[in-house]
Amino acid sequence: MDTTAFVALLSSVLFTIGVLGVLLRRSALLIFMSVELMLNAANLAFVSFAHRWNQLDGQVIVFFVMAVAAAEVAVGLALIVTIFRTKRSTNVDELSALRG
Amino acid sequence: MADLIVLVLLGAVSVASALGLLLSRNAIYAALFLVLNFGVGAVIYLLLNAPFLAVVQVSVYAGAIMVLFLFVIMLLGAERLSPAEDPPGASFQRPLAIGLGAALLGLAAYVLFIRQPVAIAPATPIDSSPTAVGLALFGDYLFPFEVISVLLLVAMIGAVILTRDR
Amino acid sequence: MELYILSPILFPLLGLLINATLGQRMSERAISGVATLAAAAAFLMSALMFGQLSGGDARLSATVAPWISAGPLQVSFGFLVDRLSIVAMLIVTGIGALIHMFSAGYMHGDPRFRRYFVYLNLFLASMLVLVMADNFLVMFMGWELVGLCSYLLIGFWFEKLKNAEAGRKAFVVNRIGDVGFVLGLLLIFATFGSFRFDDVFAQAKAQGEALAGAIGLITLLLFIGATGKSAQIPLFVWLPDAMAGPTPVSALIHAATMVTAGVYMMVRAGVLYELSPLTQQIVALVGALTALVAGSSALRQFDIKKVLAYSTVSQLGYMVAACGLGAFIAADFHLLTHAFFKAALFLAAGSVIHGMEHGLHAAHGAHVDPQDMRHMGGLARRMPVTFLVFLLGGLALAGLPPLSGFFSKDEILLEALKHNVLVFALLAASTVITALYVGRQLVLVFAGQPRSAAAAGATESNWLMTVPLIALTVGTALAGLFNFPTTHALTDWLAPVVPHGETPKFMPELAATFTALGLGGLGTALWLYRRPEGRFGEAEAALGRFLAGAWHFDAAYRAVVVKPFYVLSTICAQVLDVGLIDGAVNGVGQLFRQAGAALRSVQSGFVRSYGLMMLLGIVLAVAYFVLNAR
Repeated sequence: MDTTAFVALLSSVLFTIGVLGVLLRRSALLIFMSVELMLNAANLAFVSFAHRWNQLDGQVIVFFVMAVAAAEVAVGLALIVTIFRTKRSTNVDELSALRG
Repeated sequence: MADLIVLVLLGAVSVASALGLLLSRNAIYAALFLVLNFGVGAVIYLLLNAPFLAVVQVSVYAGAIMVLFLFVIMLLGAERLSPAEDPPGASFQRPLAIGLGAALLGLAAYVLFIRQPVAIAPATPIDSSPTAVGLALFGDYLFPFEVISVLLLVAMIGAVILTRDR
Repeated sequence: MELYILSPILFPLLGLLINATLGQRMSERAISGVATLAAAAAFLMSALMFGQLSGGDARLSATVAPWISAGPLQVSFGFLVDRLSIVAMLIVTGIGALIHMFSAGYMHGDPRFRRYFVYLNLFLASMLVLVMADNFLVMFMGWELVGLCSYLLIGFWFEKLKNAEAGRKAFVVNRIGDVGFVLGLLLIFATFGSFRFDDVFAQAKAQGEALAGAIGLITLLLFIGATGKSAQIPLFVWLPDAMAGPTPVSALIHAATMVTAGVYMMVRAGVLYELSPLTQQIVALVGALTALVAGSSALRQFDIKKVLAYSTVSQLGYMVAACGLGAFIAADFHLLTHAFFKAALFLAAGSVIHGMEHGLHAAHGAHVDPQDMRHMGGLARRMPVTFLVFLLGGLALAGLPPLSGFFSKDEILLEALKHNVLVFALLAASTVITALYVGRQLVLVFAGQPRSAAAAGATESNWLMTVPLIALTVGTALAGLFNFPTTHALTDWLAPVVPHGETPKFMPELAATFTALGLGGLGTALWLYRRPEGRFGEAEAALGRFLAGAWHFDAAYRAVVVKPFYVLSTICAQVLDVGLIDGAVNGVGQLFRQAGAALRSVQSGFVRSYGLMMLLGIVLAVAYFVLNAR
């Protein structure tokens, strides 16, 4: 098995675990962490292919992804804190006011 | 060959920590598992000829983002977590989610192993030092770089405004 | 020039425009004055034109404007004043003017006084359009317009549902006849390629035998229209109900003019009728039968106007039968005399009703129907002028010499004897019955003692009403001179325009026989009804009810036509419209509602469900690309 293939497979596995985490956990914080896991998995895939093709572009993209992830975490956690102030819990199932 | 064995081992640790994140009952433990995951990820980056990224991963991801997470968990006092529960209304959702995850994984495996691999690239490794990354960032990718900086500014302002007391 | 020829139509139109627009602010006197003057002016212009025609002009024609221009179909608004139409014009405008005057007195105090005179002028104009038309289509336009005016005027007091229903019945029944008329019109165009009288009659005379089938059908269809407008079997049922309108309306429209439109049409199209002997047989028989059925029905009516209504139907039967016998001039003569005496009778009846209402007010007695003859009696002393008019009119109706009715009826009977014995027998029987019901009516209304406080308090009407009565009576008495057996002025006048056979010789024996029969009938009635109260109970007998219900024509129509129609409409309205169509439309709406409700459950508000759906979509999309891409 090829390195790249293995790392890509690893990335898929981590991504899948992240997806399951988003769908199956109730705490907003945990969901958020699972999203970070998914982003990280994507980064891993980028780096592996950059290594395979011997180009720097993949790594630059990963840099950007990390920057965006940081921004996103800042805002997201601020949101969670704000919601917590009203709801007194991080259970996402309670945020169901936009029902049809 | 040796590379592969090391990679397999690192991969195992990475998956284990991810599973730990998925299944833990305590938010702090979950966060720490994630830190471990990021750390292993950094090591893998090193193996894949991306030293700069490895360091950035540790300092930004594990060092800043996860610290932020831990702060918030402790601020909210939300360490106690209940185990994964179905969303109310439909009991089919958990099996469906697991099934879909498996499907996704299956697709990825299919693409990776059953399809014909594309031609191998040249073997010369590239210069992936910080200098090279910096040159790329400020050269070809200058515009996205500037946009990212604006994005970070916006995120900062946003975070401040969102949490401001009325 | 056109203006001059059209003036009889234009004057009433002008009158109605003035009354319609400025009438709000005009007094009753002014309104009725304008309308009556318009009618009088029309009469004057007609008289002038009569002078011209007798002076030597064969006809006066005017084409106002083209109407339809569609390839082979070319129709214009054309008007024609010839010897036939001038007679009708004089009758319509002359009697019309008198009735306008009468109405001014009769309708005094009515809240819709102005509207009445607007309608009356409109009717005058419409009738003149019908009579002065120079082609079938314009005649039909007038035909429809008078039908409209009839509807408007019958239901004039529409606050009472009965009156509105009578108006509707008149219109609907007329419409049924009009279907036949329109089919006839279509066939005329298909056969002759034109609607103009000149074209059609010239072609018919030239190719008579070749077109016999078509002409037979045309005349039959036109006759169906005539049975509607001129109230013959089977479409006469509207005329008795039409008495719900004001009495002057009954006099003008339903005695003297509109109902004669069918007869006028047949006289005008005499050329066509002469060429279809089969239709003529049918026409004559229908007319004679109608005369008998209606006459006998009049014998059992208690409403003073209903007697006259059935009498009109009966006399129209005479005119129609005359047309069927080919005696068009005799028919026109009877039309003329009938116009006088029937209008006189109706107006006199109106005067009686007016007097009865006055008596009701004055006596403060129990409320009785002022039109019911059972509550009248002894009015001869109280309303002498009215009595005289009624007497003379009634005698004319019964056909007694030297009044006009005698001469015209006699001429028809002579023609019947010459051509068709069955028709003669029917008409003869009707004559006897006519004398009977006339006598009955005279006795019940005027003789003996008043049978109610209303009758006791009745007084003669004012001059606005009595002057027209007297004028009409003079006409009733003298109109016989128009076609006196030896001079035959009318026959000579109309001969160039109307087809006619040899003028029958006056048979004194026949005349004497019928005079005797008439007197006998009157005498019998006098004897039968000298103690009237005993006679009222006879209505219970089956024969009485049969006659009172006009041989149950109305009941038959109600059962066979009206009821199924109502059932059908109820089905359409409730089962089809509400059930099926509304159900389908609402059902579609319901379907979407329920589908929406079902789909709404997807929007649960739970983020994780949404995420799951997203993942599902993503997996499917990725699978598609992965498995299909190369």
